[in-house]
Amino acid sequence: MSAVATERQDGRLARLTEPRSIGILGIVLGLLAFWLALPPWTVRFEGAPIAAGIAAAAAGLWAFMRDERRIGTFALVAAALGTAAAIWAQGREVSSLEGVVSVGLVAATLRYATPLAFAALGGIFSERAGVVNIGLEGMMLAGAFFGIFAAVKGEHWTVGLLGAMAAGGLLAAIHAFFSIHLRADQIVVGTAINFLALGVTGYLFRYIYKEEGTPSDVSRIPELSVPGLRDVPFLGDVIGEMSLMIWLVIILLIVGYLILFKTPTGLRLRSVGEHPKAADTVGISVFAVRYIAVISSGMLAALGGAYLSIGFVGSFNENMTVGRGFIALAAVIFGKWHPFGAAAGCLLFGFSSGLAQRLQGEADISANLLSTLPYVLTLIALVGLIGRSRPPAAVGRPYVKG
Amino acid sequence: MSTDEGSEHERPDPPEGGVPGGPGTNRSDAPTGGGPGGGGGGERLARWFSGRIGGFLVPAAAAFLAFLVGGVVVLATGHNPLGAYKAIFEGTGLNVASYFSEDSRQSAWGDLQQTLIVFTPLVLGAIAVAFAFRCGMFNIGGQGQYLVGLFAALYVGVNFDGLAAPLHILLASVAAVAAGAIWGGIAGFLKAAVGAHEVITTIMLNWIAVFGGQYLFELGGPLQGANPSVPRSETVVESAQLPEFPGSTGLQPLHIGVLVAVSALAVYYVILNRTTLGYGVRAVGFNPEAARYGGIPVGRNYFLALAISGAFAGLGGAMDVLGWKFTVATNDIQVSDVGFIGIAVALLGRNKAVGIFFAALLFAALRTGTSTRQLDAETFPPELAGNLSTMIQALIILFVGAELLIVYIWGARRRFRPAGPVRIQPGLKQ
Repeated sequence: MSAVATERQDGRLARLTEPRSIGILGIVLGLLAFWLALPPWTVRFEGAPIAAGIAAAAAGLWAFMRDERRIGTFALVAAALGTAAAIWAQGREVSSLEGVVSVGLVAATLRYATPLAFAALGGIFSERAGVVNIGLEGMMLAGAFFGIFAAVKGEHWTVGLLGAMAAGGLLAAIHAFFSIHLRADQIVVGTAINFLALGVTGYLFRYIYKEEGTPSDVSRIPELSVPGLRDVPFLGDVIGEMSLMIWLVIILLIVGYLILFKTPTGLRLRSVGEHPKAADTVGISVFAVRYIAVISSGMLAALGGAYLSIGFVGSFNENMTVGRGFIALAAVIFGKWHPFGAAAGCLLFGFSSGLAQRLQGEADISANLLSTLPYVLTLIALVGLIGRSRPPAAVGRPYVKG
Repeated sequence: MSTDEGSEHERPDPPEGGVPGGPGTNRSDAPTGGGPGGGGGGERLARWFSGRIGGFLVPAAAAFLAFLVGGVVVLATGHNPLGAYKAIFEGTGLNVASYFSEDSRQSAWGDLQQTLIVFTPLVLGAIAVAFAFRCGMFNIGGQGQYLVGLFAALYVGVNFDGLAAPLHILLASVAAVAAGAIWGGIAGFLKAAVGAHEVITTIMLNWIAVFGGQYLFELGGPLQGANPSVPRSETVVESAQLPEFPGSTGLQPLHIGVLVAVSALAVYYVILNRTTLGYGVRAVGFNPEAARYGGIPVGRNYFLALAISGAFAGLGGAMDVLGWKFTVATNDIQVSDVGFIGIAVALLGRNKAVGIFFAALLFAALRTGTSTRQLDAETFPPELAGNLSTMIQALIILFVGAELLIVYIWGARRRFRPAGPVRIQPGLKQ
């Protein structure tokens, strides 16, 4: 027993000096270079970020020379960007930086990450069962529209959430029927779903709400005020009063993790995604599992959309999801088809959106240019991680019984 | 199309290498084309559907079904679907009857010019999708590639005043082709180098092109025109504007870009079917593992296929800005959807040159017929019609990808007798 434990300990120590770990250290140092210049540190000595940057570059180079090409490149990029950004930030007033980097940024990050996290969790369920869900974007959009539509009709946001889930589930059921029963290419079906949602929501939006748009007095998803959490230092203002949906997605991520990895149901679902024939042999209905997985993914994505329309923004616009479903999909890959990993990806993209939004007010950078930030970051994250990220074995392939 | 293509198209859906399962997923449980209805009869019918006649029938049936469902939506929202479709058709200039009457000939020709102006970028956008498709990839980035091409052509077309007309046009088009190729090539490179899925990378590149473009022409943006209060580019100078098509009239005359588009279809056919490059692209699309084994560089073909796709889309952007729009405003950029319609065109046209021609004509007609200028708001409100055509496109993509559905409906309509005495396991459950 103890021998095994020691061996494991040794293994852990050895891993710290591996090129990969050094490369990751380089990335962290590169980010640190930038962070030093920001509140609450606001170091105004140019040597500090430059020193951190050089250390990051050295670590990156070291990793690069030892065949950790990708991590090494990342560290080098982080070093260059981190140092440059730090020197830029040092040239600015502390007060204007505080406007950007504050507890408000945490709140914005969470707000932007939440719809993504709903859709990403849905994507994980669908893909773990072996069905690629490119249609997340459309299901989110349907959730956004039918969420506000039902909330207006039912005069309560709970009706809105139910309406969103019904719409997302229906759209997902179409996706499921075409990709499972009719064995159409799942990516083509997903694309069709996206267009369908765009057309249907646009048509109904113009037909029902005409030029006036959605009513402004719609019942919104409330903020949940938790008295005890208000007193937490620094974060208290954010987590003490957060949207109900943010709490919901945190709970759902944990529940999703437990279902997928700690229950027989989850094992069945994953087996269908990894080796459907084997699952079928032991009596698991591949079709039933896939239907349930895809439909629940549509419902989850629709909840994310509903949070946009009746939680975050308070109105609906044509194509208001602007690619968020695809960013969620990237977060799934980023997080290696694991709920917590995907949540980390969503936080990263949420952070870049939040940063872009807050920088618009403070810095003289074009809002449009900043809007590209989440998409550029998604690309970089994909390039950096996809090689290490292995999808479920049977994803994208229709199952033919017999 | 040529005979040797027929055999390759037993399964005209995109090859399975294009999904995140990674290349070479043609394993045991890949679909074999067994139809419902059971037995050999269904099998034979399914094969027949994806064969020569089916190559036309399935898209036609898909389009018919899509219009049918669209009609139901129109009906459900209190409009007459037949009236709406007729009004849309009248606005396309494709009604041959109107050319026989002296009064309607002029306006019909004007409508037809408009349809053909829209047809041009749709053909090029569809080739961008189709070319990548034949290499086993799904290029959703036609929109971004079209936009960067448009920006590049616009930049050259606005500057370099004083160049001779044909040279200036050529230079602007080359810039657009290069920009599109780079934009597509980025996604191709990422797929080849690290295996990043092209669907996600091209979509990210689309949004980067949209917001990047809005940045270029916004107030105070680097390429904003002379009027400081309007977020709009400068206008393309005379020498870079495409010549008008002979006999064209009206405020928005047809430009010769339509000939470029048709020639591009021929180029597409030749590259794909008559060159080594095309052979490699098709081999990779058919089965990347086998292609690799046969010594074809798979990664290089991924890169080339997406770069060439991007080049076609970029050329589409050039044709639009040099022949029709001449300028771009920030709010034109986000609403532009040529590249997206290109996906539907390519799928409906089955990635074949002739198919793309007819599919592009259909979608261009749909676009023109549903435009605010053409459609009488009394019969059917144009703002609804635009979304209706998006819906119809979606349904066409959905139905055309699911041949089994057509076989299903066909089978339900007319029972065919089983071919053999033994009913083997049906291809589908239930």
